[in-house]
Formats: sequence, structure tokens, C-alpha cells
Amino acid sequence: MISLDKLGLGKTAIIESIETDFLPLKLIEMGCLPGNEVSLLYLAPFRDPMYLKIDEAHLAIRTEVAKYIMVKPIS
Amino acid sequence: MIKTINITLIGNPNTGKTSVFNALTGLNQKVGNYPGITVEKKQGTCKLNRTTKARVLDLPGTYSLNASSMDESVVIELLLNKNDLDFPDVAVVVTDVENLKRNLLLFTQIKDLEIPTVLVINMSDQMKRKGISIDVELLEKQLNTSIVLISTRKKRGIESLKETLVKYRSISTSPILDPLTIDETYFKSLKRAFPNQSLYKLWLVITQDVNFTKLERQKVPDSAEFKTQSQSYLKKFQQRETIKRYQIINKILKETYHVNKENATDLRSRLDNILIHKFWGYVIFFVILLSIFQAIFDWSSIPMDLIDSTFVKLSEALNDYLPPGVLTNLITEGVIPGLGGIVIFIPQIAFLFFFISILEETGYMSRVVFLMDRGLRRYGLNGKSVIPLISGTACAIPAVMAARNIESWKERLITILVVPFTTCSARLPVYLILISLVIPNQRFLGISYQGLTLMGLYFLGFLMAIVSASLMNKILETSTKSYFVVEMPNYKLPLLKNVGITVWEKTRAFVVEAGKIILAISILLWVMASHGPGVNFSNAEDLVKTNAEYKNISPDELETKIASYRLEHSYIGILGKSIEPAIAPLGYDWKIGIALISSFAAREVFVGTLATIYSVGNDSQETIKNKMSAEIRPDGSPLFNLASGISLMLFYAFAMQCMSTLAIVKKETNGWKWPLIQLVAMTFIAYFAALIVYQILK
Ligand SMILES: Nc1nc2c(ncn2[C@@H]2O[C@H](COP(=O)(O)OP(=O)(O)OP(=O)(O)O)[C@@H](O)[C@H]2O)c(=O)[nH]1
Ligand SMILES: [Mg+2]
Repeated sequence: MISLDKLGLGKTAIIESIETDFLPLKLIEMGCLPGNEVSLLYLAPFRDPMYLKIDEAHLAIRTEVAKYIMVKPIS
Repeated sequence: MIKTINITLIGNPNTGKTSVFNALTGLNQKVGNYPGITVEKKQGTCKLNRTTKARVLDLPGTYSLNASSMDESVVIELLLNKNDLDFPDVAVVVTDVENLKRNLLLFTQIKDLEIPTVLVINMSDQMKRKGISIDVELLEKQLNTSIVLISTRKKRGIESLKETLVKYRSISTSPILDPLTIDETYFKSLKRAFPNQSLYKLWLVITQDVNFTKLERQKVPDSAEFKTQSQSYLKKFQQRETIKRYQIINKILKETYHVNKENATDLRSRLDNILIHKFWGYVIFFVILLSIFQAIFDWSSIPMDLIDSTFVKLSEALNDYLPPGVLTNLITEGVIPGLGGIVIFIPQIAFLFFFISILEETGYMSRVVFLMDRGLRRYGLNGKSVIPLISGTACAIPAVMAARNIESWKERLITILVVPFTTCSARLPVYLILISLVIPNQRFLGISYQGLTLMGLYFLGFLMAIVSASLMNKILETSTKSYFVVEMPNYKLPLLKNVGITVWEKTRAFVVEAGKIILAISILLWVMASHGPGVNFSNAEDLVKTNAEYKNISPDELETKIASYRLEHSYIGILGKSIEPAIAPLGYDWKIGIALISSFAAREVFVGTLATIYSVGNDSQETIKNKMSAEIRPDGSPLFNLASGISLMLFYAFAMQCMSTLAIVKKETNGWKWPLIQLVAMTFIAYFAALIVYQILK
């Protein structure tokens, strides 16, 4: 298991757990929930922000937030 | 008898609420392809059938009823207040067929408020391309509501939406989620305390400020330990609520919603591969900006010349037709040149709005947000500040309001404060006329110097915005952690109608608003310029004729001398002269001084003011530009040269000369403190920048 900010570009993973105290609720509402798939589609320079596909949503978040999401890579 | 009902459009950002609103009401509110176009509630009316009328309310998009930014809290405040005049009889949740799962989260929340709720699934035109199929009947049954499949683009389903709305009373209001499943003990005790209330509603009232706290809004550190502790407790429940809702939604959609991936064509990844490329992405952004500024210059020169000469002819013609007198003079010397000074810029302003709205409609703006976030963060801004900064190139007023969807109060405040540095369309007239006067009309590698200068001014505006943001970032203490979650919408072909509406509405507003000010100011100016106190004004003719210096000049020149002597001793001349000492070091004479004073209300008045001043008492009908280039200094050199031209451009680049912006900043920051700081600081910077550059260049 790794934190989402360590996920390789183009890789897909399953969300294992989220640190709910630090994660904005909005992100959870957009589908960032344990069990859902997340893929890292693009990275801005310095790996920040990250352009993700979480479940069906395409969204960008900052690395500092991605640290609070633990994932298990599947590809 | 005609009955009127309240309809409220609610939905996630960018799902097409405003498009539905426009389709129902026939109004033309702004539509665009990025989250957060609408930041205020907007109202319209619509006839549903012969006996029922509706007051339709368009709201800002929100991901859920747990608001985390200012535009979102508008929605909750309305839905929690039954006594609000706009409180809906029926709520319409507008969803995007492609993101149905996520959109249904909000739907279930609204439904739990026990308001009759219609589910509109919009963008149904995309279903085939994306391989989506929906069992609408089953979904209706599972969600216990009425569903209407529509496409505002293809104008499908609007009529059946109206029919459904008329029958709103038959829609079930039973809730979907039982709050007891979130936490039994907590909600049971809540129910015991308020037995007659809807549990979910109570819960919303309690948690309303958890994510977007009063604390953050007003920065009052009032919360004792108890409150913060219980806040994280509440937050846990909110998350559990979200998870429960998704469980229900997933179960329902499994049976009713299918996507066949094979049918899907993926425009997104093909475009994203280049548009947000680590290197090419930035190059493309730069090239796009460069081409816009080139186009503004190249495409509009012909219509501009046409307009300019038309106004001259108009003035001439009126001069011939109307009986000579004071009124004719007022019209031909005051009003027409003043209005001409604004109408001439219509082509350029229309082109600017055209390009901005294309960028907005395609979905490209969110990509710029992505590209710029990291760079802007260092300066206390946010990737989302890009949208206010770019739309600030049209006008600072909507740009200041667009900052509402920035979650962090500090980043939002900084954005609001620096937005007026971006080059708004009101500065464009000033720049354009000055550039065409003082920058040579030559090209280097096909790129015109004039276009480059204009682009330089735009960059200067952004640069200044960023520099002052980073200063403020240091000054304002950090109190809240900012976060950043941005949706990346699908790319869309811009709908020409939407672009057209934006261009038309914005240009019209610009001309009408500016026109009103210009009309008033040019009349005032004309009156002040054609009257004056004392003998110097009334006896100007005699005084000049008897002046020994002018003995040998031609009658024509004598005429000019008389006119300018008179102007100098008119009320306006005296006013201008009195500030001349302060502005002479910047390279301006008293006539420019008058234009500066009058443009403190609105910058775009500058050219019109000069046009009026130069026309008074001057019978020769010339275009504005020719009049300006004919102005000379006492030593015979042109008044508008490189040094004074650049100095003026810098002054206009930095000065806060817009009453309306100050008013909106006051409104958005709840007080006079920030707009006043803005006014003083910007004027100060403008004066010294202009001073320094003139002293160096002259
Ligand atoms: N393909 C397609 N696009 C649509 C349809 N309806 C709206 N759009 C596009 O979707 C985008 C968003 O439309 P808006 O009406 O601004 O959405 P909104 O929900 O008001 O957005 P916010 O005010 O930002 O929350 C625009 O680019 C529209 O052109 C539709 O039926 N089909
Ligand atoms: Mg809208």
C-alpha cells in the first residue's frame, strides 16, 4: 500500500483508506472513497497538481492532499 | 385564474442549469464550460401552461449541501429557509448524464429535505457517443420521483419538463436516506429533542458551517475547544453520510445505468496529451494569448477606421443641417465626439469577448487552472485565481465575483485585491489610441510592434497582479489551510449561439454603461469648456488680436490661437491648469489632466474626454487620432511622444480608476477597508511608475 502521491504516472490503483480528518469533504463527495478506482492521468511540473480519474470523475488535486489517500496499485 | 409556482434549479457545477434556465425563461444568462460560471442567484419567469406560471431561479452549482465555498452556501441558505420568498415549491436537480452517479448525491440530499424534486438528466445528446444507456422507468421507481431526459443543445425534452413541473404535487416527498443509519444514538437523541422536524434538515442546520465556517468568513477566532472537537465529530458523520448515500446510489445505478466503453470515443485524452503537456502546454497557452492580441489589432483596424470617419461625417452633417447655436455646438462638439470615443472600440472589445468565451466554452480554462496552480500558489493565489485573472481582461466586476468559488478566504481576498491590475476592456481604448500614436506601425518577423506592445501591457497587468499578490501573501497572516479540488470538464465544441450571446450581451453592456457616463461627462465637459469666469474668457478674441506677438500670423492660425486661449481660461481649463504642477513631471499637460480627472469614474472616458476637449471651438472635423497627434508642446514637439505615451499607459495600467470595481469589492469583502486600501495603493503605484518612466525616457 502506498500513498496516492507516490503512484506512478498512468497507473491505476484501488483506494484502500482515507485520512478523513484531513481530506476535504468535497473530495469524498466527488467519489474519493475506499473501494473506488483511481488512475493518475497527468502531472503538472514538479508532480503537482495531479490530474486524476477517480471513479468517473476527472479532477485535479494537490500533492499535499493526495498524501492522505492510501491506495493499492493494480497495474 | 393563473397560478404561480416557484421552481429552483439546483445541480452540480457545469451540468447545464443555466442552459435549462435560459431554455425555460428565454433569457440569456451566461453559460460556459467550466465549474462556477454562475455565482449568484438569477431569476426569470416562464409559462408552463395556460393556467400555471413559474418563477424560475438559477443557482450556483454545488457538489452537495455541505457547502465549502461562498457560491455554494447561497444554495443551502435558500433551502433551509422556508420563509424565503424564493423557497421552491418544486426543486429541479439538473444532472449531467455522464456523471450521473456523482450528481445523484446532491439529488438524494435535496430529496431528503422533503421538497418535491424532479430529476433532469441533461446532455442526453452525448449518450450515444459515450455508449450510455439508462432504464428511465426503473430509475424513476427506485428514486421515487419524476425523471426528464433532456438536451438543451438539441432542444429536446423542454416541453415534457414543463408538463412534469405542472404536476409537481404528485411527486413523492419521501426521503431516501434514513439518518439513523449514519449514527443511531446521535440522531435518536436529536429526534427526541426536536420531534416535529425533518431530521436531515436539522442535521444540515447544525453542520452548515462545518466546512465553510463562519470562522473563516469573518476570521473571528471565537471557537472554544469544545466546538472544534465536536466539529471533527460532525465531519465524521458527514463523511459517513456521503458513504451511505453512495452505497444506495451504486445499488440503484447498477440496475439502471450502463456504459458500453467500446462505443466511447475519447477526445479528452487526445487533447489533454498536448494541452496540459509539461512543456507544450505552456507554449500553447502563450501562443493562444499572443494570437488573441494580434487578432485584436489586425482584424479590427478596418471597422475601426470606418467608425471613426463615420462619426466625423455625422458631426459635419449635423453641423450643416442643424441651425447654428448653442445646442448644435453641444451636439457636434460635445456629445458626438464623446460617443465616438467609445463606439470606435466596439470591434476590439467584441473580439476580446469572442475569444474569452471560446476559451470558456471549450473547457480549456480548467486546463489553464491545472497548469498554473503550482506557479501561483507561491504567491498566495490559487490555480482557480486564473479564471478571475483571465476574465478580468474583459471586466474586473464579474472577475471579482468569480473569485467566490475559491474556498480559502485568504486566497480569495488576495485574488479580489489584485484582479483590478489585469487589463480590462476599459483600458483597451486608452492603450489602443496611445499605441497607435507612439509605437511605430512596423513588423518584425510578421509580428507587429503595436500588437507586441499591447501584449506587453497585458503581461504587465498580470505581472503586477502577481507581484502584489506575493506582497500581500507575506503581509496577511495565514490562518486557514487552503485546498484545491478542481473538476476537469469534457472538451466541447463551442456552441456558436452561446458565444454570440456572450459577445452581444457584454459588448452591449460595455457600450451602454460607458455610453451613459460618456454622455454625462461630455456634456459637463463641454459646458465647462465653453464657459469661463472673468474677462480673460469673455474677451479672448480681443485679447489675442491685440497681442503684439500674433501680428503677422494668418487668419486661420489666429482663429486657433483664440480658441485655445479661450479654452485655457474656461472653467475646465482652470481646473486642468490647477493640477498641472502635479502631473507635469509625468509628461502630461493640463488637457490630459482633465482626462485623468474625468476618468477616475471610469477609464474608458479618457479618449472621449480628449475628443470633446479638442473639438470645442474647433471647426475642423478631424478623426480623434489625428486631433491627438496634432497636439504640440510649447516647444513644438508632439504632446504624445514615446515618453509621455508610455507614461500614460503605465498610469492607466496601475491606477484604480473604476467606481464600479470599488463598489463590488466593497460588497464582496463586506466593508470599505479593502477597496480604500486598493484605491490608495494603486493610485500611488500608478503615479510613481509613470513619473519614473517619463523621467527616464524623456
Ligand atoms: N452537449 C451538451 N452540452 C450542454 C448541454 N447543456 C449545456 N451544455 C454545455 O454545458 C456547459 C455548462 O452549461 P451551463 O448552463 O453554464 O452549466 P451550469 O450548470 O449553469 O454551470 P455553473 O453555473 O458553472 O454551475 C456549457 O458549455 C454548455 O454549452 C446539452 O444538452 N448537451
Ligand atoms: Mg450556471
